[in-house]
Amino acid sequence: MKTIAELKAIREAAQGSKNIYEGTEKEIRIVVGMATCGIAAGARPVLNALVDEVTRRKLNNVVVTQTGCIGICQFEPVIEITTPELGKVTYVKVTAEKIPQIITEHVVNGKPVEQYTIGAYKK
Amino acid sequence: MYRSQVLICGGTGCTSSNSRKILDAMYTEVEKAGLSDEVKVVQTGCFGLCALGPIVIVYPEGCFYSQVKTDDVTEIVNEHLLKGRIVKRLLYTETVKEDDSILSLNETGFYKKQMRIALKNCGVINPEVIDEYVGQDGYLALEKVLTEMTPEDVIKTVKDSGLRGRGGGGFLTGLKWQLAAGNAADQKYVCCNADEGDPGAFMDRSVLEGDPHCVLEAMAIAGYAIGASMGYIYVRAEYPIAVSRLRIAIDQAHEYGLLGDNILGTGFQFDVELRLGAGAFVCGEETALMTSIEGNRGEPRVRPPYPALKGLFGKPTILNNVETYANIPQIILNGSEWFQSIGTEKSKGTKVFALGGKINNTGLVEVPMGTTLREIVDVIGGGIPGGKKFKAAQTGGPSGGCIPASHYDIEIDYDNLISIGSMMGSGGLIVMDEDTCMVDIAKFFLDFTVDEACGKCTPCRVGTKRLHEMLEKSQTATAPWKTSTSWKSSAITSKKTRCAVSVRQHRTLCFPPSNSSGMNICPI
Repeated sequence: MKTIAELKAIREAAQGSKNIYEGTEKEIRIVVGMATCGIAAGARPVLNALVDEVTRRKLNNVVVTQTGCIGICQFEPVIEITTPELGKVTYVKVTAEKIPQIITEHVVNGKPVEQYTIGAYKK
Repeated sequence: MYRSQVLICGGTGCTSSNSRKILDAMYTEVEKAGLSDEVKVVQTGCFGLCALGPIVIVYPEGCFYSQVKTDDVTEIVNEHLLKGRIVKRLLYTETVKEDDSILSLNETGFYKKQMRIALKNCGVINPEVIDEYVGQDGYLALEKVLTEMTPEDVIKTVKDSGLRGRGGGGFLTGLKWQLAAGNAADQKYVCCNADEGDPGAFMDRSVLEGDPHCVLEAMAIAGYAIGASMGYIYVRAEYPIAVSRLRIAIDQAHEYGLLGDNILGTGFQFDVELRLGAGAFVCGEETALMTSIEGNRGEPRVRPPYPALKGLFGKPTILNNVETYANIPQIILNGSEWFQSIGTEKSKGTKVFALGGKINNTGLVEVPMGTTLREIVDVIGGGIPGGKKFKAAQTGGPSGGCIPASHYDIEIDYDNLISIGSMMGSGGLIVMDEDTCMVDIAKFFLDFTVDEACGKCTPCRVGTKRLHEMLEKSQTATAPWKTSTSWKSSAITSKKTRCAVSVRQHRTLCFPPSNSSGMNICPI
C-alpha cells in the first residue's frame, strides 16, 4: 500500500530515465570519447560521473552520450560539450573529480572552465 | 543512475521472432562486459514496426537496430555500449542519413506522422514493472480524479473531450458513462472488451502487452465516475503474453493499493478480475460478452434494455474497448480541450491502426483522426512491396468494407468511412495490391462469419452461408453473380439479427458496386 506522497517519490526518481529517452531532442550534448584509448585512460568513471552529476542537478536539457575515438588519443579522456550559445568546447585529460566543476561553470553558468580545455593544455 | 538504456521489444510480433533470446543474451553480455551498473536492459511493449522485428533501441543515442539476431548481441555490447561505436550495419536504413549521421527515430517516415496517446508508453516502459508506469505519470490521473474531481466532473471531462468508442461503433464514451451513472443500483460494473477478434487486428493486444496499467487505471476512473466497485476484463485466451502481463499488473496494483479497498487512502473501492474468452468471435459483441462473463454460452441478447441499464448480472454496466480506456488517463491529465484540439470535427483524438497485408511496414501505428489513407499506406506504411499498385484497404473487420483506390485520399474518421460504405471498426487495416482478388477477399470474410455465426439468429446463420455459396458459384461460373440479389440477401441478413456480427456483409461483397475491376472480373 502506497500513499500519494510515496507515488510522487517514485515518479520523481524515474525522471532520469525519462531524460535518457528524450536524449535526441536535447539542447546541450556532452559527448565522451569511449574508444579503446579513452577507456584505457579512464573515460568510464568520467562518463558515469557526468551522468550522476546531470541527474543530481536535474539538468533536463542535457544529454550525456558516448562516441568512438575522437582522434586525439594522447589527450584522453576527452569530452566535448556542445551548447547553443558556445558551440563545441573540448576538454582534455578529464577526471571524474573535475566533472562537478565543469558542469557547474560551463553547463549551468555558461562559462567554460578554460584551464581544462584543449586550448589551455597546448599552451 | 544508468547512462544508457537498451530497450528490447517484448510484444507478440518480436517475441515470435525470438526477442526473448536476445533479451537473455543482452543481460548476459552486459554483465560479462561489467556494464550492469551503467546500462539498463528493459523489455518493453510493441514499438510498432513489427515488420523489422526483433527490434532493439539504444538510448540516449536513439539507435534503432532492426532484425537483430542473437549473434549480433555481443557486437552491440562490445562496440556500442562499451566503446560508443554504433553498429551501423544493424541500423534501420531509414535512420541513417546520407552523410552517415543518424536520424532521430521521430524523423523517419514511419514515426513522423504518428501521434501517440493510447500507445504513449508502448515501447517505452517495462510493462511488468509498475514503478516504470508510475514514473511516466501513471496513476496520476486516478489520483487527480479521487482527490480533486467529483464523478460528475469526470463524466463531463470525458464527454467534452469528444472521445468515441474505439471498438468500432463510435458511440460517445462520456455519454455511455453518463447513462450508466444515472441508473441507480446496489452494484454496477465496469467492463473492458479485450476480445479483439477482427482478422488482422492487434491494437488492443499491443496496448495490453505494452502498457497494461493504463487500462487498469482508466477502469478505476470509470468505476469512480459511474459508481461501480467491480470491473472485468474480458480478454482472449489466444493472447497469452497480454494475459500474463495483465495478471502481473493487477497483482502489482493491489500491492500498491491502487486496486482494492480504500484506494490511495480515499475510501474508494474498486477491483478488477480477468475473464478469458474461449475464442468465439461473437463474444466481442457487448451483450454476448456479458453473457459469457456470467458463465453462460456467449450469445447476444436483445437490446434494449441496453447494458447501461441492464448489463452484466442484470446491473448497470459500461463496456469499453481497450484503446478507449487507454485514452482516458491522458484526457484527465491534459483536459478535454487538449483532446478536442486533435482530430476532425466529429472524431476527436487519435486512432491506432494495425497495418497488415501488402504493405512494407507491417505494424502498429497511431495517427490523428483525419489522416488520409494515402498518408497511412504510402508514408507511414512505406508503400506496397514490389512497387505494385494500391487496390483497396479493408477496414472494420468482417462487418466493415473495402476502401477502393478512388477514395485513397479520404480523411479517415468515423463519419467519412461510413459515408463511403465502410466503417472504422476496431482498427485493422489490411492493404491489398493490384494482384489481390476481391472475390477471394469477400469469400474469406464471409467464410469467417459463416464459421463465427453463433447460430442464435436465423438470418445470420443461414444468410451468411447462402451468400458464401453464391460467391463460390460465381467463381466457378455456374451461376453468374448478381449484385442486386446478393445485396438484397445481405441486407436481410444484416437487419434481422440481434447483434452486428453479420451486419453489412454487402459492404465487402459489393466492391466497388459498379466497377469493372471489382466483383465480376477476377484478376488472378
